[in-house]
Amino acid sequence: MDFSDTPEEAAYRAKARAFLEANAQRREGSNMLYRAGDADEAFIKAAKDWQGRKADAGFAGITWPKEWGGQGGTTIQQVIYDQEEAKFGFPRGIFDIGLGMCLPTVCKWGTQEQRDRYARKALRGEEIWCQLFSEPAGGSDLAALRTRAERRGDEWVVNGQKIWTSGAHYCDFGVIVTRSDFDAPKHSGLTYFFLDMRSPGVEIRPIKQISGASHFNEVFFTDVRIPDSQRLGAVGEGWKVSLTTLMNERYTIGGRAGVDVDEVLELARTVELEEGPALRNDAVRERLADWYVMSRGLKYSHFRTMTALSRGETPGPESSIGKLVVASKLQAMSSFAIDLLEQGGAINDPKYAPMVGLFQQVLMTSPSSRIAGGSDEIMRNIIAERVLGLPADIRVDKGVPFNKVPTGKTGD
Amino acid sequence: MNFDFSDDLKMLRDEARRFLADKCPTTAVRAVLESDAAYDKALWAALGEMGWIGAALPEEAGGAGLGHLGLCVLAEELGRAMAPVPFSSSVYLATEAIRLGGSEAQCKAWLPRLAAGQVIGTLAVAEGPGRASLRRITASVRNGQLSGEKLPVPDGVVADVAIVAAQTERGPGLFIVDLATPGVVREAVETIDPSRKQARLTFAGVACEPLGAAGDGEGLLRRIEDRAAILFAFEQVGGAQVALEMARDYALERYAFGRPIGSFQAIKHKLADVYVAVELARSNAYYGAWALANDAPELATAAAAARVAASEAYFLASKENIQVHGGMGYTWAFDCHLHYRRSKMLGVTLGSARKWKDRLITQLETSNAPA
Repeated sequence: MDFSDTPEEAAYRAKARAFLEANAQRREGSNMLYRAGDADEAFIKAAKDWQGRKADAGFAGITWPKEWGGQGGTTIQQVIYDQEEAKFGFPRGIFDIGLGMCLPTVCKWGTQEQRDRYARKALRGEEIWCQLFSEPAGGSDLAALRTRAERRGDEWVVNGQKIWTSGAHYCDFGVIVTRSDFDAPKHSGLTYFFLDMRSPGVEIRPIKQISGASHFNEVFFTDVRIPDSQRLGAVGEGWKVSLTTLMNERYTIGGRAGVDVDEVLELARTVELEEGPALRNDAVRERLADWYVMSRGLKYSHFRTMTALSRGETPGPESSIGKLVVASKLQAMSSFAIDLLEQGGAINDPKYAPMVGLFQQVLMTSPSSRIAGGSDEIMRNIIAERVLGLPADIRVDKGVPFNKVPTGKTGD
Repeated sequence: MNFDFSDDLKMLRDEARRFLADKCPTTAVRAVLESDAAYDKALWAALGEMGWIGAALPEEAGGAGLGHLGLCVLAEELGRAMAPVPFSSSVYLATEAIRLGGSEAQCKAWLPRLAAGQVIGTLAVAEGPGRASLRRITASVRNGQLSGEKLPVPDGVVADVAIVAAQTERGPGLFIVDLATPGVVREAVETIDPSRKQARLTFAGVACEPLGAAGDGEGLLRRIEDRAAILFAFEQVGGAQVALEMARDYALERYAFGRPIGSFQAIKHKLADVYVAVELARSNAYYGAWALANDAPELATAAAAARVAASEAYFLASKENIQVHGGMGYTWAFDCHLHYRRSKMLGVTLGSARKWKDRLITQLETSNAPA
């Protein structure tokens, strides 16, 4: 057992570090001091510039095959680069969905011509992509979607509504799964496309989140025309194509910013309770120990995953627990930290709140972590079914034509 | 990054799993549980022959030279099998204590016999409910003679040698006591897990030898406990994994309302949560193994984290295993209660999760390094 890189990994890490040192500013301090905000024009411009430099240096599309314009590298190289990049403060995140989910789907199911046209520009950050999957009536039950696609010659006409579309307002292209056959059973009537987000009939409305920010949108489609050449996969096989996109979601949703036990520990050292520093209080100590054990358990599980990747093996099932554990831990820790501050815990003003209001921000952002990219309940189903081998849920809509499936409240 | 056991040790694990499946089915655990037998003598002898009792000791001390990583691997397998033998007392506690604190002569006198399984050792600290801290104990040593009471002492019915904690004029200390010495009285006590017997030991002026430097009792006991916590954690993770597998298998076989109960989300989500707890415990235990094998500065923190995670995961897995089995899980005939008993017994033998959580935070308070 050891935690060091192999010689090849060490060389790659040195190369990544040299590039970052020469091109970016190292992040100060250990705190993830952030205030949730919208991605404004200046942010997007800075992010695009950085992505271009990254691509020029060969650190974009590290694991993509060469014929997609990638580096043909290994997952462990990607992990190493990400670890090094995390030490620097970057405008990042807006390319994750495109590069992590959309473009791998376009490249896998599209033509070489399409790969040449779209992949390189996306890698360089010149075009940003979004994913148009969820609908008011289809969230966890994604295949219940009802945005309609009808064929008219060489074109498809799309009508309906998508929701929770991250970044739609600044994206150039999107991948979309639609229903082309309402008489077929749920999973069989779907067809998958990509489209220009500036197509006539596309209307984007930001959704204001409980945190006050607007990271995602509702997207309405009114007689939007998509050329048949932008269909990915066969008509009616959209579900199969969607799985390519979703398979990559776990990696994309992974390491989101927030708080960890170290920040709560730091707070507990400084906050004074009735009898002195909070860290001397037994109830506080017990909770901190619980989170420490979870936090480090995840970290060492990640080491196990890295070990498998380093050997070129597929990671074991332990890699599936991260999102479930992190999401509720974020919420529980932020709530606990606010309680520690007593009346002062209500303050969200960065002038007065400890750590510029980090815990108050996380209180309001953490509910989304438990829903986005697979809710806690879906994650537990995934662990139970794929890891423990328990049976899938019994589906009352199995084999039933979609237009005969009972529907209740559709979310609108 | 190589955060995994070597291929050799994985082969050892496979070998141990096959061996224990053959020599230690749950009927063997029940044989001890349901009788006055102190342990499974045939299994203990076989473990000695395999060289596993002395796995971590160097060959010159009569061991197999497999190191502490090898011992971790074996601990997990013994935990899976719930082996009814005094392995943890004799190996993780007594043997490791003498290795850590013993003089050359003491090591020479005890280690080879402990390694061969000819002699069984244990550690005796607690003096009844709640009193397990060195500050609270009253057994004492005056002029080289030990007096007092220890309760409960794991494997105290059969141990040949005990490392006993006692007060001295220079503060608490640890002592090696040959339990064949006159003045030692043993009394078997009933416990929540009769597959691992425990005893009350009384000492009336019993000759003993100090272990380690005078005045360093607390430090030495702390080091012994930290190291043992990691090995206990592997036993607990092994047991937790089996309890989870039992629950999963039953949930697949048992039908209710016309479908396997494992298709209900109430069961699926419960078992997913158990799986998460076991994986977090396993990963913490792995880090502990690394710290133990390398005698790393992070050992105390790693030990506490491994111990807390493993104690809680095993109890969770064992109680939910009963729950998934429903009424059948509450019968003597089903094996669920064996894990339920063992998990709680192991969960207090080296101190409760509560105690280790406090230790963990104390460790984080005092260490400057970001652990």
